[in-house]
Amino acid sequence: MSTSLPLKLRTLAPGLRGFLSSTPFLLLMLFGFVAPLACVVWFGLMPPRTFEVAQMPTLENYRTIFGQTYFKSILWSLGLAVATVMILLVVCYPLAFAIAKIFKGGGYFVTYAIVTSLFVSENIRLFGWVIGFMKNGVVGGTLARYFEIDIDSLLYNIPVIILGMVYVYLPFMLFPLVLGLKMVPDQVREAAFDLGASRWQVFRKIDLPLSMPGVMIGSLLVFVLSIGAISEAKILGGQKVVTIASDIESEFTYAQNWPLGSALSTLFIALTTIVVFSVLGRFDLEKLLGKKSS
Amino acid sequence: MIVSRTQKAGFSLYAGLLLLVFYFPIFCIIVASLSEKRFFSFPYPSEALTTKWYESALESAQVADFVVVSLKIAGLTALFSVVIGFFAALAYARHRWRGRKTFQRLVLLPLFFPQSVLGLALLMWYNLLHITPTWWTAVIAHTVWIAPITTLVISIQAYGLDESLEEAAGDMGASRFQILRKITLPLLMPGMVSATCFAILLSWGNFALSLFTTGADSSLPEWLYARMTTGYQPLVPAVGVLSVIVAVILVLILFGIIAWTNRNARRSAPDH
Repeated sequence: MSTSLPLKLRTLAPGLRGFLSSTPFLLLMLFGFVAPLACVVWFGLMPPRTFEVAQMPTLENYRTIFGQTYFKSILWSLGLAVATVMILLVVCYPLAFAIAKIFKGGGYFVTYAIVTSLFVSENIRLFGWVIGFMKNGVVGGTLARYFEIDIDSLLYNIPVIILGMVYVYLPFMLFPLVLGLKMVPDQVREAAFDLGASRWQVFRKIDLPLSMPGVMIGSLLVFVLSIGAISEAKILGGQKVVTIASDIESEFTYAQNWPLGSALSTLFIALTTIVVFSVLGRFDLEKLLGKKSS
Repeated sequence: MIVSRTQKAGFSLYAGLLLLVFYFPIFCIIVASLSEKRFFSFPYPSEALTTKWYESALESAQVADFVVVSLKIAGLTALFSVVIGFFAALAYARHRWRGRKTFQRLVLLPLFFPQSVLGLALLMWYNLLHITPTWWTAVIAHTVWIAPITTLVISIQAYGLDESLEEAAGDMGASRFQILRKITLPLLMPGMVSATCFAILLSWGNFALSLFTTGADSSLPEWLYARMTTGYQPLVPAVGVLSVIVAVILVLILFGIIAWTNRNARRSAPDH
């Protein structure tokens, strides 16, 4: 009988098919993600200032880290990230609401306008703020010429760093929020209004809980991106604030102390992984990407 | 939903203001790129308006080299991440298998990972394997970060895939490969085109990963960053604006292709 290969393949257990099609991705992750991270963790256990990997593991780097002021830059990074998430939630929620529920065609315009800007390299956009805010820059120059107000450079302070981070990561908050708010069925909102709920009650009891997956994903994305941020503090902040990411970078470049940099990275990775997994474990991802209930 | 006119006006005003702020830095970059003087000060007289920096940007062989490196990286990254993303999306959204839930979380992991640290980790890994970093190693770095994004974008489409079409083709004797080629691939095409779009553009603008993984080669964002911090001249914003124009043209072309494939697709994409 001609039981051809195609027939056999067709009767493959669906479980195996799923595994097979995930294989290229899994291989990529194994060699491009898991192995390098393992490499970092291992290197963090090597004696300071070596480039050799075949030595006895030691905890010396971790002792150095906790003995010095690195915790300061970790705190700075955490603080900046939390501030960025908070501000973005407040700024983006109304806009996301408008895109998801109020604008019809205009929603697409706003979406495209923001997506397009996303493809301008982050550094160029940050540099735009430098040109805007520097002494005799676009803002300062305009104020001096037309309003006779002399201001000094608005750069190199903490609010400007936060502005830069809010600006760069806005799309990463906005689009998950839009997805989340699109999951809120209009009928439920209308029913609540018909039953006499106030706007605030609808927001508290319906919009917010039902769009929670979007809120969580957006906050998580922004949190992780901004905790690893490096350019904002460098381009806009001068050397006012040293973030953990730039600490790590300088261990690898100026200080040439790869093991210490690796130990710092390991701590940093552990911190972000704990946050990501504790939040991601809480809800079903399929709901957010799959068919919407309206 | 019934929306009052004042409500709509209020939200429009808010969106408009945000967009203005959003495009303010880009406006500043354009202003700076048109200024004749080497050191920027605002406002400058209209006689100082010049396009000479654009001319020198287009003529510069050095800039052309960086553009070629960036394009090579973006093109190969897009190819790899869309092919990998296509199969991964089937595993993510289409097939029922035991490891699926875990796989779905795994896909997100590189996205929720600071890029600069990933770049450094790859640098050390290459060092361990005795691979000298070049633009090729940057392709791998970009793919690790972008393949999850293409997977998610294609997955959104794969969720809307009508399984009965594949089953019908199978019942009529099509091989698995034929089903993949004639049914699954065309139906997922719109998702794949937008995934390509994302992949090219995200790779084109990426700085954090390239910084550590390009080795002796340098991509356009790297060069721009280096010149912003030392040796500024209006050539820098001019190249920045040109790179944006390239990005916008790429988006328009790809959206054109999406519109075209959508019209030609027998079944239109599920609503989004």
